[in-house]
Amino acid sequence: MMKINEEVSLETVVGKAASLLFSEYRFVTMTTVDCDEYFDIYYHFDKNYELYTLRLKVEKPGVVPSISKACFAALIIENEIQDLFGITFTGLVVDYEKHFLLAPDAPEKPFCHVPGVKITTVDSPAAKKDEVAK
Amino acid sequence: MSMIVPFGPQHPVLPEPLQLRLEIVDETVVSALPVIGYVHRGLERLAEQKDFQQDTYLIEHICGICSFMHSTTYCTGIEEIMNIEIPERAKYLRVAWSEMHRIHSHLLALGLLADAFGFESLFYQIWRTREHIMDAMEYTTGGRVMLSAACVGGVRKDINEEQKQFVLEKLALIEAEFKEEAHVLLDDYTVKARTVGVGVLDAKTAYERGAVGPTARASGLKMDHRMTGYFAYDKLDFEPVVENDCDAYARTKVRIREVFQSIDLIRQALSALPDTPLKTAFKGNPNGEAAVRAEQPRGEVIYYLKGNGTDKLARCRVRTPTFANVAPMLHMLNGCSLANVGVIVLSVDPCISCTER
Repeated sequence: MMKINEEVSLETVVGKAASLLFSEYRFVTMTTVDCDEYFDIYYHFDKNYELYTLRLKVEKPGVVPSISKACFAALIIENEIQDLFGITFTGLVVDYEKHFLLAPDAPEKPFCHVPGVKITTVDSPAAKKDEVAK
Repeated sequence: MSMIVPFGPQHPVLPEPLQLRLEIVDETVVSALPVIGYVHRGLERLAEQKDFQQDTYLIEHICGICSFMHSTTYCTGIEEIMNIEIPERAKYLRVAWSEMHRIHSHLLALGLLADAFGFESLFYQIWRTREHIMDAMEYTTGGRVMLSAACVGGVRKDINEEQKQFVLEKLALIEAEFKEEAHVLLDDYTVKARTVGVGVLDAKTAYERGAVGPTARASGLKMDHRMTGYFAYDKLDFEPVVENDCDAYARTKVRIREVFQSIDLIRQALSALPDTPLKTAFKGNPNGEAAVRAEQPRGEVIYYLKGNGTDKLARCRVRTPTFANVAPMLHMLNGCSLANVGVIVLSVDPCISCTER
């Protein structure tokens, strides 16, 4: 199971990321999870093959300070999250304005859950056949 | 006066749809801006709509080069969430097929690099050698690229004695042929002229910018996730391949040495195959979250998986090694000559198929 090492807030995330980098942690990546009412953003760092994960809870639609000034490698990931989840990162070193991956006519925030739409399980024809055979 | 030159997405030496907007003054690159998204497939979102067992095959299609490593890393994540211990034989088989993929990937990259600096006969020779490992994968799994051998709980396919002999014969062929090709790559004057001192990435910058895989190891960083001992790596004898020259030549050298290292690892894995079942049976659905990592040919891949107790995942996030190597690559391009852009990009061995998962 994944260990969350620290919870951070919008006010502390940049400082915490900078202090980890100063302590010779390597930036690995960021992960965004759409939890319907809010987003969870995980900041993964590494030192000696151990992951160190920060969690930031962000209310939708989401405006988050960018860590790209402290950590250039985050620039690509933050632009990707902007495209796919519609979260706005303020202070990005290079801002593709939500068109890093997406073409101008692409749907907006395609990785966000659509309110009121739930993915349900549908039995496959093969599974039904197995049931009948039993 | 500076001007912008678009490099790609269609370019004779770039096999992948990546564009670099190069700001150049005379023939020197002043800055570079990557533009991707030409083939983005939204596979992470699609993975939330398939059940977690079907995802094994979906995830395998993220990349046509390290496909097996994607599916096994994904399976490892699910196994971690569901507390499944896989059988010993499955661990060794995962190592064997992963290392076959590494050989396949490195030979492909080295061939393309030779093509990038205009050494076409070397490109053909390396790719001819690569066919041997493709044959080995086909003979043991039925697939040359998509092995479909991984599953949650272990592996779906086995390597019998006859197949083992076939693989060992192919490895001997690769070793003999690649020794000659490696000699050309390392010692030929024209190759050195195009790679030595080109695309320098010092160790400090490599670490700060999050470089992974051969790109990081060629800058003197001893980083190889296999050292954590996942699958059966903890029972095999190997050390990360590290070079300290930090340039395109060093990155080439790391890949060459890793081809021989992978040959050795496959031999070790096949000689120690334990006699156990291939798969652990399990029940239920994943409920919880895991972040797992593995060492792919291009470097560390990380999978974040979140299950909610149903047969569909709440989130499947993949950070591929090429994504991590974009920021270091931009640093290498600053100040290089326009003629070296292709060589530098291919020395990083970018996989846009992975990046645009």
